Amino acid sequence: MNRSRLIRFRHGACLPLTDLPRLDFATFRESLFEEVATHARVASFFGHPTDEGLDLYAILVHDWQGELALLRTQVTGSFTSLTPNCPQLHLFERELAEQYGVRPEGHPWLKPVRFHTPWIDAADIWGRDPRQHPIPGDMDFYRVEGEEVHEVAVGPVHAGVIEPGHFRFQCHGEEVMHLEISLGFQHRGIEQMLIGGPHPAGIYQLEAAAGDTTIGHTIAYSQVLESLADCEAPLRAYAIRAIALELERLANHVGDIGALAGDVGFLPTASFCGRLRGDYLNLTADLCGSRFGRGLIRPNGVLFDLNTTEVEKMLQRLAVLEPETRGAIELCFDSPSVLARFEGTGPISTDDAEALGLVGVAARACGLIRDARLHHPFGPWEEGFNTPVIETNGDVSARGNVRRREIYASHQLLRDALKRLPPGPVSAPLAPLAADSLAVSLCEGWRGEVVHAAITDKAGKIARYKIVDPSFHNWSGLALVLRGRQISDFPLCNKSFNLSYCGFDL
Amino acid sequence: MLSIIRERLRQGHRTGKYPKEEPQLPERFRGLPQLTRDLSPQACAAAVAGCPFAALSNNDDTLQINLGRCLFCADCPAAEQGALTFSNDYRLATRKHEDLLLGDEVYRLTDRLNKRMRKLFGRSLKLRQVSAGGCNACEADLNVLGTLGFDLGRFGIQFVASPRHADGIMVTGPVSENMKSALLDTYAAVPEPKLVIASGACAIGGGPFRDSPEVNNGIGDLLPVDLFIPGCPPHPYTALDGLLRLLGRL
Repeated sequence: MNRSRLIRFRHGACLPLTDLPRLDFATFRESLFEEVATHARVASFFGHPTDEGLDLYAILVHDWQGELALLRTQVTGSFTSLTPNCPQLHLFERELAEQYGVRPEGHPWLKPVRFHTPWIDAADIWGRDPRQHPIPGDMDFYRVEGEEVHEVAVGPVHAGVIEPGHFRFQCHGEEVMHLEISLGFQHRGIEQMLIGGPHPAGIYQLEAAAGDTTIGHTIAYSQVLESLADCEAPLRAYAIRAIALELERLANHVGDIGALAGDVGFLPTASFCGRLRGDYLNLTADLCGSRFGRGLIRPNGVLFDLNTTEVEKMLQRLAVLEPETRGAIELCFDSPSVLARFEGTGPISTDDAEALGLVGVAARACGLIRDARLHHPFGPWEEGFNTPVIETNGDVSARGNVRRREIYASHQLLRDALKRLPPGPVSAPLAPLAADSLAVSLCEGWRGEVVHAAITDKAGKIARYKIVDPSFHNWSGLALVLRGRQISDFPLCNKSFNLSYCGFDL
Repeated sequence: MLSIIRERLRQGHRTGKYPKEEPQLPERFRGLPQLTRDLSPQACAAAVAGCPFAALSNNDDTLQINLGRCLFCADCPAAEQGALTFSNDYRLATRKHEDLLLGDEVYRLTDRLNKRMRKLFGRSLKLRQVSAGGCNACEADLNVLGTLGFDLGRFGIQFVASPRHADGIMVTGPVSENMKSALLDTYAAVPEPKLVIASGACAIGGGPFRDSPEVNNGIGDLLPVDLFIPGCPPHPYTALDGLLRLLGRL
């Protein structure tokens, strides 16, 4: 057993780097596999260059123990890929190869992720000219050859008002044999911009990491800094963060159900939900002036408070919105023609979901109980959360139903939070960050778990900041559900995942 | 069927009365900034130094704000120092880049298009949206214009799927390196005459991602911009107001 080699810690801990052993690669690999075999999953896996080589950090999560575990090793040039034994690492390893020019030997699908030049002075492993910006989507796509086999290429610019991405379908008639998704078009270099921080602009870059998950990402960022500074935000701030997080979940889930209904041609719910989504966004704007929660969450607190009148007003709005939302949603989930289209479309098995490391709504629709609010509460506020929503079929219907039931649960959580707002201030000063340390934070955004990790240098400045949006894990799930399906199922499957392009591209 | 009708009756008629009635914006909404007059040179310099996005500048000891760079931050350092306050005015769209600069004069909202262009687009404007590094907040609040609360279609404005069917493009995002050529290709595919609308701080000047080596700091000189819609993201009414003014409908 290698258990003693692991550093185990709870959410919110600040780990001094000197306490972290640098395992040799074979031990690292063996320990990681052993952990994953005993129900851990990989929340984050990233590199940090040092003078001697590239340090690799694996952050593993034991959900039911509420525990995180950390492994560190060092590689130079190349290392044996872990992906063949642990598929959930596939994108993390591709990312390492692209960022630091290290080659995971034996990776079955070694292609660029975001199409940028290497972050350090290293040779590009795909042999591209390091002085030129890579061409997005320039890679070897998987191709099926044969009579009557054809390829459908879509994007980066899509037909709707949505973000860019490139999709290639290998089709035989209407049937999709394989879908490959190539992203990176929205890459803005956020992680690189955060280095040397916390900068004054940092929080605004995080607010726009994925604009529909502003609250999720800013909470995760704030928690990382609070852990590194060993400061606790005031209780009332935690409560307001929880309120904002549920409002964000409500707006997006309601919008998604409307979009699902729209995609199967059920217009009443599509129209009603489109309007209701805006009403939830307006509740967030009542709180902080921005429909997307810009300017609300700050390290060690929140910028806006709610007085008694405002709480009362919000409760009244909710009392109106809740039955309207239920009415709009139930209409759709009571219609046989809608259910016939949802049920059995785009299924993913629990085993596949687990192997790919899916998180959030997509994972909970496959029977995987993964909810950071339940397993990894941060601060005293979330400790009362005990109602994760689980569906088991793994299809469009299950993903829709997780959202439907989470909407109802969020109404309840919101009402409780508003009625039980603890007294006191909403922010406190933040101490300087600990030097040479690492902290990890998880926040259950509406799509799923947002994981941030930061390493500080000897001056207490951010030396490496790593963001994992839930979409990073879940895009592979979308590609997988299309296998053997009709190409016309794509829009519906896509909506049922509704993943972030910019959250992936960073 | 009956349940659909019953629900339809309960949900009611929801399309707003805009532009006949002014929209009700949240009290905490941050709109057009009002600069404090007669600041001391020191206060002016402190305000300029405080903005992380260089939205403020010192123009002969008078404070000037570039609304194309302003993110309307809740914790604006200049506002905390008393150099400016945010009003509730959502009308922000301008026709020219220099009009985004606001000093102590009246903010110059967008002019209408010339007669010929109004004749072409005034009653029917089809736009192709291009997200070029956007965070999906600008995109989401443009999508909202299509919902029944705003009902963009009643003004004859519509987002279309193909650039070939469009009269112009509406760009969001700081124009990432990886979207530059797709943006230019989309623009080239739109038939002449055509409009370019920069929506959001990112598309105008890079927004929070200004000076990242991976972005172009907005559209810049890549394309000729006909309408600038400030905000991070712009409120749907800010975008709608800009579009209607451009078409001479307000």
